[in-house]
Amino acid sequence: MADEPERIVLTEEQKRKRRARSIAIALALGALVILFYIVTLVKGPGVLNQP
Amino acid sequence: MTDISAVDRHPQPGPLAAIHLVSEAGVGDYLALMKPRVMSLVVFTALVGLVVAPAHIHPVIGFTALLCIAVGAGAAGALNMWFDADIDALMARTSRRPIPSGRVAPGEALAFGMTLATGSVVVLGLLVSWLAAALLAFTIFFYIVVYTMWLKRVTPQNIVIGGAAGAFPPVIGWAAATGSIGIEPILLFLLVFFWTPPHFWALSLNRTQDYARARIPMLPVVAGAAETRRQILLYSLSLLPVGAAPWLLGYADAIYGATALMAGGVMVVLAWRLWVEGSGQRAARLAKRLFGFSILYLFVLFAVILIEGVLAGLLGHAAA
Repeated sequence: MADEPERIVLTEEQKRKRRARSIAIALALGALVILFYIVTLVKGPGVLNQP
Repeated sequence: MTDISAVDRHPQPGPLAAIHLVSEAGVGDYLALMKPRVMSLVVFTALVGLVVAPAHIHPVIGFTALLCIAVGAGAAGALNMWFDADIDALMARTSRRPIPSGRVAPGEALAFGMTLATGSVVVLGLLVSWLAAALLAFTIFFYIVVYTMWLKRVTPQNIVIGGAAGAFPPVIGWAAATGSIGIEPILLFLLVFFWTPPHFWALSLNRTQDYARARIPMLPVVAGAAETRRQILLYSLSLLPVGAAPWLLGYADAIYGATALMAGGVMVVLAWRLWVEGSGQRAARLAKRLFGFSILYLFVLFAVILIEGVLAGLLGHAAA
């Protein structure tokens, strides 16, 4: 049988920080979606019109 | 005048050379990459440019503009830390930043900075104004390429010319509201531009050893403390009329004029005392005091302009 390939095993601290980064990215993307939605409501059909 | 040549990038192996297979960066480390204190100044001056502009901008669009400017400033901070990681590691003030301390890999900071820079410019252009977006893109380019990559390591005039990057936000705010550039935002630009040298040199007077160790040709390292104190006084004297210019040219009220003259006068007095004091503990304390007051100076002047702008807007609204 072939040897098991070496894998990186994350420590608990690394897992915790990765989860925190993932949540932060999700929140930032969610905030962007909400921002684009509100700006579209505010500007109406001419959402890309410039001042 | 420039005795110190550009230093080698990553001259010796150390924490920076470590291979980061797994990121150990926390959310706070990414926030630190964005230099939140610099961001707050950028947002505040951009807000002033936005509010005093003679055009109505919907609060949501104004908020979007400020958000993009803040994120663009954060991107510039991250890219600055990515490029300067080697010299940051050599200075006490910056050695605990996320990259030199090994918490964020240089590549992660580069990707983070580039993503934020691109995103902030594109969103500002699509939703607010392409002129403002172009100015934001130029500001990030100027701060990273002209200041960080070029001037900072080769000339003691680095923060004089590089200071233009920090002076652009009120112009971007104005452009976001009006789609154009006027005399008023240029006066605000000049105010920040002339304020930057005495502000940074007052700080660098007490960090000379740090800058010398990192081989950064700051003025006190290259020309000495006496010449730096003389330059601080000259720039503080120049700042006095530049600060009062919005009132002298009729763009601000007498309250602003009185504030600018008084605050500018205090700057000159502090710079004068620093110049005549020479070296020693007392001079170090004076430099620290001048640095602290310079922050207050800029905040107060922009705050008065902001309040005058808000009041003028409210009175105009009531009259209409």
